[in-house]
Amino acid sequence: MNRFEYARPATLAEAVAAGAVAGSAYLAAGTNLLDLMKGGVMRPGHLVDISRLPGLDRIEHPGDGGVRIGALVRNADLAHDPDFARNFPAVAEALLSGASAQLRNAATAGGNLLQRTRCAYFHDTASACNKRDPGAGCDAVGGENRLHAILGWSEHCIATHPSDFCVPLVALDAVVEVEGPAGRREIPLEGFHLLPGGTPERETVLEPGELITAVRLPAEAAGFAANARYLKVRERTSYAFAVVSAAAALRLEGGVIAEARIALGGVALKPWRARAAEATLAGARADPAAFRRAAEAALADAKPSGDNGFKIELARRIVVRALTLAAAGTPERMPALPASPFAGAMTHA
Amino acid sequence: MPDTNSPQAPAHIRMGSSIGQPATRREGVQKATGAARFAADNHPPGMVHAVMAVSSISRGRVVSLDVAAAKAHPGVIEVITSENAPKLAQDPDAKDNPFMFRLDVLQNDRVRYANQPIAVVVADTLEAATEGAALLRPKYETEATRMGLDSADSFVPPAVGAGGPAGESPGDVEAGMAAASVRMEATYDTPAQYHNAMEPHAIVAAWDGDTLSIDTPSQGMAMAQGRIAGLFGIPPGNIHIRSPFLGGGFGSKGLVKGPQMLGIMAARLVGRPVKLVLRREQMYGPVGHRAATRQTLRMGTDGNGALTALSHHAKTATSTFDDFIEPAANASHALYASPAIATSHEAVRIDTGTPLFMRAPGEAPGSAALESAIDEMALACGMDPLAFRLKNYAETEPMSGKPFSSKALRQCYQQGAERFGWAGRPQAARQMRDDAGTLVGWGMGTAVFPALMFQGHARAVLRRDGTGLVETGAHDMGQGAWTAFAQIAADALGLDAERTEFHSGTSDLPDAGIAGGSAHTATVGAAIDGAGADVIAKLAELAMADQRSPLFGAGNAGVIARGGRLHRRDDEGRSESYADILARAGVAEIEGSGTGAADPAAQSAYAMHAHGAVFAEVKVDPDFGQVRVTRLVGAFAAGTIVNPRLVRSQYYGGMIWGVSFALHEHAVMDRRTGRPMNPNLADYHVPVNADVPSIEAILVEERDVHVNALGIKGVGEIGITGTAGAIANAVWHATGVRVRRFPITLDRLLDA
Amino acid sequence: MSLSITLTINGAARHIPLDDPRITLLDLLRERLDLTGTKKGCDRGQCGACTVLVDGRRVNSCLCLALSHDGADILTIEGVAQGDRLHPVQASFISHDALQCGFCTPGQIMSAIGLIAEGHAGRDPERVREGMSGNLCRCGAYVGITEAVLEAQQTMATSDRRDAA
Repeated sequence: MNRFEYARPATLAEAVAAGAVAGSAYLAAGTNLLDLMKGGVMRPGHLVDISRLPGLDRIEHPGDGGVRIGALVRNADLAHDPDFARNFPAVAEALLSGASAQLRNAATAGGNLLQRTRCAYFHDTASACNKRDPGAGCDAVGGENRLHAILGWSEHCIATHPSDFCVPLVALDAVVEVEGPAGRREIPLEGFHLLPGGTPERETVLEPGELITAVRLPAEAAGFAANARYLKVRERTSYAFAVVSAAAALRLEGGVIAEARIALGGVALKPWRARAAEATLAGARADPAAFRRAAEAALADAKPSGDNGFKIELARRIVVRALTLAAAGTPERMPALPASPFAGAMTHA
Repeated sequence: MPDTNSPQAPAHIRMGSSIGQPATRREGVQKATGAARFAADNHPPGMVHAVMAVSSISRGRVVSLDVAAAKAHPGVIEVITSENAPKLAQDPDAKDNPFMFRLDVLQNDRVRYANQPIAVVVADTLEAATEGAALLRPKYETEATRMGLDSADSFVPPAVGAGGPAGESPGDVEAGMAAASVRMEATYDTPAQYHNAMEPHAIVAAWDGDTLSIDTPSQGMAMAQGRIAGLFGIPPGNIHIRSPFLGGGFGSKGLVKGPQMLGIMAARLVGRPVKLVLRREQMYGPVGHRAATRQTLRMGTDGNGALTALSHHAKTATSTFDDFIEPAANASHALYASPAIATSHEAVRIDTGTPLFMRAPGEAPGSAALESAIDEMALACGMDPLAFRLKNYAETEPMSGKPFSSKALRQCYQQGAERFGWAGRPQAARQMRDDAGTLVGWGMGTAVFPALMFQGHARAVLRRDGTGLVETGAHDMGQGAWTAFAQIAADALGLDAERTEFHSGTSDLPDAGIAGGSAHTATVGAAIDGAGADVIAKLAELAMADQRSPLFGAGNAGVIARGGRLHRRDDEGRSESYADILARAGVAEIEGSGTGAADPAAQSAYAMHAHGAVFAEVKVDPDFGQVRVTRLVGAFAAGTIVNPRLVRSQYYGGMIWGVSFALHEHAVMDRRTGRPMNPNLADYHVPVNADVPSIEAILVEERDVHVNALGIKGVGEIGITGTAGAIANAVWHATGVRVRRFPITLDRLLDA
Repeated sequence: MSLSITLTINGAARHIPLDDPRITLLDLLRERLDLTGTKKGCDRGQCGACTVLVDGRRVNSCLCLALSHDGADILTIEGVAQGDRLHPVQASFISHDALQCGFCTPGQIMSAIGLIAEGHAGRDPERVREGMSGNLCRCGAYVGITEAVLEAQQTMATSDRRDAA
């Protein structure tokens, strides 16, 4: 790890000023940043410690059904907030599917949005990576890429975004509140992360110095609470990143889908909102044929980026199952359970 | 526990009740309170930190390193590269015996595998040394890498494993195949695996003139002393090793490796104590691994399901510069009866660190393939997998024809099957689902592991205060050696456990050999037993020659040592305490010694193995192929069980390694560069707690009077064997898909 | 700026000068404060061996920058027993043989204490397994670990009720 200057500003304004200096990085819990610094993937010259900025660690329920999640709210605290879990069960389920209890106790909401890809070639500084070193090339192409992207990738980058939390968030139209040198702005999460295109080094729309202060879920998002699920398939029963995951949320009116929300994780460099799939479900009966049509639509543009063609069919099936589970209704035992296919073995605490 | 008298020393009997007790670990409190001091926990005064830089290519040479940048980093004291590394007293590529592996210790600029050490940075702090190593930014001259089992011409190795023949073929396999009414042939792939003990390899080294003091986790301190002595040109006796705790070994700490040598070298160069600890990713190169295998099994059976031929061929890989050949095909030597058996090996040389013994070397991948193939053969014969195994039950060792010293495998099958509920198993695949619609499958495998013994020594002391002391330089890497040996020591001395002091874990104690091959308890246990017999014999001499002793003249009748007293064997009412005997003799203490080693006569007369049967239930999501092993039942027979609590833990651990083998662990190698791309515990999966919801181990009673005086067979490795195959077979039973590539990943089950 | 922090470690307040901003909580404990019970297995938040409680919550100390935790209350494995009296989790780990090599054990025990305090697992062994899955054990002591956590939780609940009475 390189040496760095360390500052712990007392106010948001000071933090934003410090963060705008070239070579700065914001430090919250550090669960991702310190990992990357230890690997030499990030070498910031200044660490701006935002972990104690006042007012960013609150979960606010304004009363209209929506929620405002301070950027410094810990993943575990959010998942176990009773009001939050009741209104946004799929988000709580996703949170509890991520990482380990220790990491969830530390990692923050804002940091989760900004966590960087698990691509081995990104993490290995001896490999070519356009994210780390623009123009260097991508050693993941033609390399060990069984778990890489099937949607939205480019020849310059085939990595995926690793977050579970972001998947239901993007399905539920979350909005990111940002404070920066140019003031405050709001960014829909769907437009927050960038696909790689020709500039994989640019991962989000954040400008230098901009700091996430909160993530908001609108009141409408709570309208899906009765039929919202997150499902994660992975290669270990726990403590593993998704091979593919999906969030599905339905508003049902007498067996007919009034509105559907679907997003996929582990398939692209951003949490993948499947709007075309949602459109196929609007007004449809909640039945297997409709779910299969939605899954086809969700993956219509998918193509393998390497030895990962299996993920396309797997993703279709996960979409179908997530919709099926959502249609069956959010179970009583929600949330406090990870989103494993085997979670049924667990009883209510 | 009956008497533990060894047949070699019939004069005196020693009796105790410690062997067989489920004592908790002697060092349990130390480990549970953080007081147990592992190698990297040491911090002698003046100590500095060393961090290795390792190669990111697998073949070529280092052209340049930015030593200046590293040295300019505040806190950096020294940078050691091949340019300034001290020349060693011995060529690290010299090889006198198969256990002497060639080491990369900065004696030249050559790179022959990924993650090979290419420099060491020494600094005042760990932070400075770590960053100094990162600042070296090596440049290489890179040659094309050779990776994978098809990348080079193969050869038939002169020896496999620890020196066994590469091929054996009693009977005529081709004739047996020709005569068969049912035949199978299948090829199974197993991946490269890395030991990944939780404790990274570490050393704290301190020189004082020509004497060297080191803390390092070692499964073989005496061998380590010899290797270090040779390289650094000092007598072995000048090297003091402390290895009281190993944070897991699994073979990777059996032999002292290059990184530890570099720590010693750094300490000498900077003239201060040095601590060098491997970073996790640095454990994927210089400290050994299990090589990939590709195994082809061919079998034929007659109309009754009896094998007519069994052929097991294994192709594997070793490094370009040294030999360790995973003896996978040898798994077929001891298990199933067949009039003709052929086992053979071939190997390729690739640009990898040299493979090494890894928990159940040969047996683990060999068993995974063999037990899968046996299942396939049973299916082809239309037989239940257990019935098929019983049909081909070996009454004598198939490869040698020798009788078994003991073999309670039938009882293992019977007790395991009953506990598991095997009898209800439908024969066809894809017949069972749970309430949630998840596919359920049941599979089984047979476990076998040779009952080996190496050589080890122990000393025993009886003191005037009536207490005893047993010392041996043995190694506890979590298997429970301290506890088991202390139990054996108490019985060996005829003392209560509380009155028996036991010391172990440093190199100044009697050489206990190596903790490997599941042989440590048998070997060192025999040494302790022998040392106890020796010192009790001396004590008896004292007493029987003393007219004032009630044991005077016991002569040929001999004595029984029990509870700290010697009793006349022919009149147990006449006895005297050890303390009284020693006090009257005016002796402060007396000492005996013992050696444990295999008995060549018994070895040539009998085949010696531990056996077991493993039954597995898996659940497989029908759409996603995600697998969970929901139930494992293992029944094992391994002779005398010194401590059932700890033996059960060994079985659990082995079975979890079987789960890992079947479903999880594999090194992802970039074929273009020869580099492991998942050298970390997030991406190199080993099972987590949630992966193993239910494991049971049944300790099947078995008494073996031939294997050694105490009747002990090993238990550390057998649990892997049988388990990996049982899980693969259960996955087939759940899905109808036979996956012949390990680990079984969900993508291979999507078409189920 | 001054690189010094104040921590309460195992109940004792300590003023700690830091010689380097890069020091993690784990390396502070191990290399500077001789609290070596906390182990480094991966240094990257992937194994759980370095688990300690920070302000009552279990976290991976390898991913905590020491400077950022000025003022925090730290509980490590060395501070768990009361003198010679083992914590119920420690006692259960020993009696259930929930350890083999012992290297992951301090992290397992701290994680178990954290899990019990969180109170989300209840008596369901599956939830305990899930909740303890952030602590790898290569020896494979998981069966004993799950049993030990359940038993210790029960013991602690009983003694809490007794204390309350």
